[in-house]
Amino acid sequence: MRKLWQFHGGIHPDERKSLSNQSPITQAGIPEKLYIPLQQHIGAPAKALVSIGDTVLKGQKIAEAQGKISVSIHASSSGKVVDISNHPVPHPSGMLDLCIVIETDGKDRWCELETCDDYSTLQPAQLLEKIRFAGIAGMGGAGFPTEVKLHPPRQSKVNTLILNGAECEPYITSDDVLMRERAQEIILGMEIMAYILEPGECIIAVEDNKPEAIAALKTAAALTRIEIVTIPTKYPSGGEKQLIKILTGKEVPSGHIPADIGVMCQNVATARAVYRAIRFGEPLISRITTLTGLQVQQPGNTEVLIGTPVRWLLEKAGYAARKQSRVIMGGPMMGFTLGNLDVPVVKTTNCLLAADAKELPLPPPAQACIRCGMCEQACPADLLPQQLYWFSRAEEFEKAEQHHLADCIECGACSFVCPSAIPLVQHYRYAKGKIREQKLEQEKSNNARLRFESRQARIEREAAEKEAKRKERAEAAALAQAAKRAESATDASEPASREDKSALVQAALRRVEAKQNQQAIANGSAEPVDIETLKKKLLRAQDKFEKMTAALDSARTSEPDRVDALAKATQASREALEKLKAELLAHPQNNEGSTPEGPALEELESNLSKAQGKLALMLKTLEDARINKPETVEKLERAVEKNQERVDAAKHALEHALSSSRTSEASSDKNDTTAVKDIT
Amino acid sequence: MSIVVVAVLALLGLAVVFGALLGYASVQFRVEGNPIVDQIDQLLPQTQCGQCGFPGCKPYAEAIANGEAINKCPPGGEATIQALADLLDVEAVPLDAEHGEEKGKMVAVIREDECIGCTKCIQACPVDAILGAAKQMHTVIASECTGCDLCVEPCPVDCIDMLPVTKTLREWSWARPTPLPVQNSNIIATDKIDEVAA
Repeated sequence: MRKLWQFHGGIHPDERKSLSNQSPITQAGIPEKLYIPLQQHIGAPAKALVSIGDTVLKGQKIAEAQGKISVSIHASSSGKVVDISNHPVPHPSGMLDLCIVIETDGKDRWCELETCDDYSTLQPAQLLEKIRFAGIAGMGGAGFPTEVKLHPPRQSKVNTLILNGAECEPYITSDDVLMRERAQEIILGMEIMAYILEPGECIIAVEDNKPEAIAALKTAAALTRIEIVTIPTKYPSGGEKQLIKILTGKEVPSGHIPADIGVMCQNVATARAVYRAIRFGEPLISRITTLTGLQVQQPGNTEVLIGTPVRWLLEKAGYAARKQSRVIMGGPMMGFTLGNLDVPVVKTTNCLLAADAKELPLPPPAQACIRCGMCEQACPADLLPQQLYWFSRAEEFEKAEQHHLADCIECGACSFVCPSAIPLVQHYRYAKGKIREQKLEQEKSNNARLRFESRQARIEREAAEKEAKRKERAEAAALAQAAKRAESATDASEPASREDKSALVQAALRRVEAKQNQQAIANGSAEPVDIETLKKKLLRAQDKFEKMTAALDSARTSEPDRVDALAKATQASREALEKLKAELLAHPQNNEGSTPEGPALEELESNLSKAQGKLALMLKTLEDARINKPETVEKLERAVEKNQERVDAAKHALEHALSSSRTSEASSDKNDTTAVKDIT
Repeated sequence: MSIVVVAVLALLGLAVVFGALLGYASVQFRVEGNPIVDQIDQLLPQTQCGQCGFPGCKPYAEAIANGEAINKCPPGGEATIQALADLLDVEAVPLDAEHGEEKGKMVAVIREDECIGCTKCIQACPVDAILGAAKQMHTVIASECTGCDLCVEPCPVDCIDMLPVTKTLREWSWARPTPLPVQNSNIIATDKIDEVAA
């Protein structure tokens, strides 16, 4: 007889197991439609391999595991995929999730399966691959991928392999009947697991309220080294950590997994699924589910295809929804109420409990905590539920964490014993959810901070690079200018002194004057020359003014110390320009309107070409700006528009000038003035 | 007399020794920057939205360390104000409505067929959460988006929507249990008498 230990706390709720364990396992049959969720396990959801319209066979893989912790999904029966979309799934939130909907054809045709008569001919790695392929997830309730769990973890050797047949929660009998009827398969499944893990001892633990199951297992395990251990009935002895404590006396440290102390727990139904996957190549497409509660006319255990709608299943068992009745998936202690009966049965659905208000009354309104300490007496995880309750209620999550909230297994023992009917577990779940949320948020905000800081650093670096480049360019320009100056100085045969220089200037001025006079004489008339030179001067002045404004603009951005001087110069140039303009306008010939058509037309043409050139330049800058400086694009666009107008006006004026000389003169003036205005 | 001299000398010696120690420590173990700024920065939501009037969360953290009000962060809301009040040991004040209201979590979404690829939103994004190139369609990396709103205004074609973040099944968590109902019970006899009297 094996020495057994006791875990702290625990409760003895009314079992009500005889309701469903009196009859043998039945076959639920094939519903018209199967709704197979892509996530029925802990980890990443699987990725659909089929598309709408595909014909699938029973056992065919329809969704592939994604990532390390994930399992594949298989078609539970043959038929046609009619939809892959969001449907209600069994989850306390009542939210929708992605499901593959198969319209069954009733033929239940299997796909080809790879059988294996002797598992010992295969390597453990190959067996694990087969288990992964079969999509087996823990069938006790949590749904952790079995293949991942069976991987020898972190060099620690598994000394004790435990099959959990405790099934401590009231009402549920699916493991019980499975052990009675399929004991042989369970034993063989455990042998395969033992072959993979090579543990020192193999134990199947069953609560003493299942004598038939114990007897069946003992017979089946007679010639093996598997030990069937009967443990006293107490809730929650089926909890993994509690069961390990009962069987080995060891406690799994907080924040660790059982494998860290050399123990591994698997559910009996999982062992059977492993056996069927290895021996017959059958993937996990059905499970045994308990249909129970006083609202079900024929309670019992039935083998259900994964994806069978709960409503269909319950109606077959004679369930009629009555007022105040509710359907719970899982047991009364840890299960959750289904808001919608269209959800399917999944790999972890061990029980469907349809109870009315009399059988499972809604909890009375919570009263104040009287600090009686009964919850502490009941807690199987050695926690202080009362403290956790206060911290959770006051949202002092940090303190709750310090009191090991994470170790709470949410078994509901504390709520069960609470004389004030406080929904303690709900408070813990809320706190756990909040803590998880806060951690995610903290992670996200840390990430955002990093991204913000690196962006800031990048912008600074880019600005510095730009500045360095600009300086480089300026230096190069200065050097070039200096070289040019030096060159021109040597060209001018190096005037010896200042006097010489001024003499040279004087001579040059004289030359220019003479040339002008000559030109005047050559043209015969002084007046037309005068107006032409005036116009030329005006053009030159305009050019100069434009250059100056450009220089001023660039100086404003880069060399603020030069701005003042430049502004003065620009002002002077503008004055000169205006003076010239006035002179031109005041010129008698201009007023007379007897100027030859030629120059006016020429000017108009030059105006037009200038405006067009400017427009082209602007378009180019705009293009550049679109790529490099989006903040200026809008302004540039406006400028281009204006310029376009200007070009149009100039064109218009030119056409006018061509048609009539008199009007051309007037419009040329107008054009000039608008051009000047635009420049200023 | 000599005892007094010895005592004075001894104390002087001790003072010199400890002074040297402290001086050494202040040089050797100098803390770079202001640690309180980092602590404040940790509590801010890092949306970098600038709603507080500072160009980012860090500058606001620095400002708070220098005495700025703690109620200017709408994305953080009351929770952040409470945390800051706890950290700085000051009174928690309600959120300053001038800087905006506390909204739920948002995420920017670009209507991609309307995007002209102007890159303006990319430059506005404080956390580089928008992907795209000039004249190419842009898109928001939803997992990096802080919902700061800064990309909406620069968009010339208004193709960016701020949508509330919807919780998926995998992010769902249990709601808070309904708090204790206000006790208007008739458990104690005197309660009933009061009711009758009223």
